[in-house]
Amino acid sequence: MVAALAFLAPPRVERRRRARSAMPGLGLTLGMTLLWLSLLVLLPITAVLIRSLSLGPAHFVEVAFSPRALAAYRLSFGAAFGAAVINGVFGTLIAWVLVRYQFPGKRLASALVDLPFALPTAVAGIALTAIYANTGFVGGALATIGIKIAYNPAGVVVAMVFIGLPFVVRTVEPVLADLGKDIEEAAATLGAGRLTIFRRVLLPEIQPALLTGFALAFARAVGEYGSVIFIAGNMPFQSEIAPLLIVTQLEQFDYEGATAIAAVMLVVSFLMLAAINAIQARERKWRSVGQ
Amino acid sequence: MRKATTEPAPVRALLIGVAFLWLALIIFLPLAAVFTQAFAKGWGPFVAALLQPDAWASIKLTLLTAAIVVPFNSVFGMAAAWAITKHEFRGRQLLINLIDLPFSVSPVVAGLMFVLLFGANGWFGPFLMSHGIRIMFAVPAIVIATSFVTFPFVARELIPLMTAQGRAEEEAALTLGAGGFQTFWHVTLPNIRWGLLYGVLLTNARAMGEFGAVSVVSGHIRGLTNTMPLHVEVLYNEYNFTAAFAVASLLAGLALVTLAVKALLEWRYADQLSATGH
Repeated sequence: MVAALAFLAPPRVERRRRARSAMPGLGLTLGMTLLWLSLLVLLPITAVLIRSLSLGPAHFVEVAFSPRALAAYRLSFGAAFGAAVINGVFGTLIAWVLVRYQFPGKRLASALVDLPFALPTAVAGIALTAIYANTGFVGGALATIGIKIAYNPAGVVVAMVFIGLPFVVRTVEPVLADLGKDIEEAAATLGAGRLTIFRRVLLPEIQPALLTGFALAFARAVGEYGSVIFIAGNMPFQSEIAPLLIVTQLEQFDYEGATAIAAVMLVVSFLMLAAINAIQARERKWRSVGQ
Repeated sequence: MRKATTEPAPVRALLIGVAFLWLALIIFLPLAAVFTQAFAKGWGPFVAALLQPDAWASIKLTLLTAAIVVPFNSVFGMAAAWAITKHEFRGRQLLINLIDLPFSVSPVVAGLMFVLLFGANGWFGPFLMSHGIRIMFAVPAIVIATSFVTFPFVARELIPLMTAQGRAEEEAALTLGAGGFQTFWHVTLPNIRWGLLYGVLLTNARAMGEFGAVSVVSGHIRGLTNTMPLHVEVLYNEYNFTAAFAVASLLAGLALVTLAVKALLEWRYADQLSATGH
């Protein structure tokens, strides 16, 4: 389980007592790491930030927050938030079922949860469209009761639910598995029903993990492109996500607009990363005090 | 009588039912749709779609990209994990966070970054152009963008694993006179091989399936710079659904194999994948 989680939550290196390490290879391996990191990650990110700064503040605001860009942010962030909320509910439910119950097909269900990590986003996009379009299996049924998913903002949410689901399940699952039954038994002895126990005893325990999973799913959904564009409809001001607007502007050789929007998205990514780190640092501190 | 720490049977059944229904709606049905659509007209059109020259070219380009990116990022990931877990230095946590950065950057933004570096108006564009070096809208840009996106996977698998394993075995080998590389090869590598394999698998799956970043830098030249996911998009936008899903089904098959090997590794070598105690 931790293996699946390892790339979700930043691992912390425990601080040991500082001692001269006899381990060889620090110069070589650290040098390689820093070189590769600088060339591949730091230099390109710097390029975006410097390019957007060179636009000048007034022009930057004009292109980064144009009405069309604002509509795109609203959709990207709004849909990502909605999808993360939906994933918070159903992800927790699936994690609960996988940890607490025994039933046939459990292995398969657990393996399916990871599919969004492994399935290429473009494949996910056309597959979701095939199911949720009016001609599709689910979309057709929903169309008869007047609900339209594909080529609508609702389609954006569906795609973001798909790619975000494993983040919530895989962060909440190990915490649920580690919870001892003793506190639940104590609560039951005191007369609490199952629902009260879940709300008052279990939910506070899994809350930090749930928050981390929520933030990871949200961060991933905000930047998502491949699985969304096929199902979205891509109408400016209505169903156009921010990453798609960047692509559209690049295709029209509007490098300034694309760079400004990219800079906004990058800053949001950094803030999300900082928030996720803060949640986890607080949780670790809280747990170490608790022990 | 039911225990106080579990739910009544009907509630349990209901929760399991909702979980299955949700997984079916969100994950299983779309996955099944890929294969039913690919074979909607039988084997003939499926095979024909894959043998079509542009499809074949996209398969070769995807394999080439993965063949370059995966070894590079695996070696890097091992080096990073070694530096971070076997040594003490200031800024280790910062370094870990920086290695993670590509996970939180939108693939489209990642692609744009390389346009700003290597494009005609980019920082290095004029220099590259005057020396006749082609990076943008060609294989090098696809490889670079894919490297960025898959950069953290191997290191992310190895860092928790190697932290948990500590340094005692390596220190013993060194005390007995083994060289640095000998120690890595004979002591560290056997300890981390399954975690490494898992990281390599994830890198490979993402490298072959990357869409957003590659889409921005590839230029979409049919038969030349379209990887498999990009070729799926081209076919789909031409309403050539059978062919689009045929190519997509190969990628879905790759995802299923990745998940199957992952499940096998977790089941068989659980202790060596997660030495951190869960």
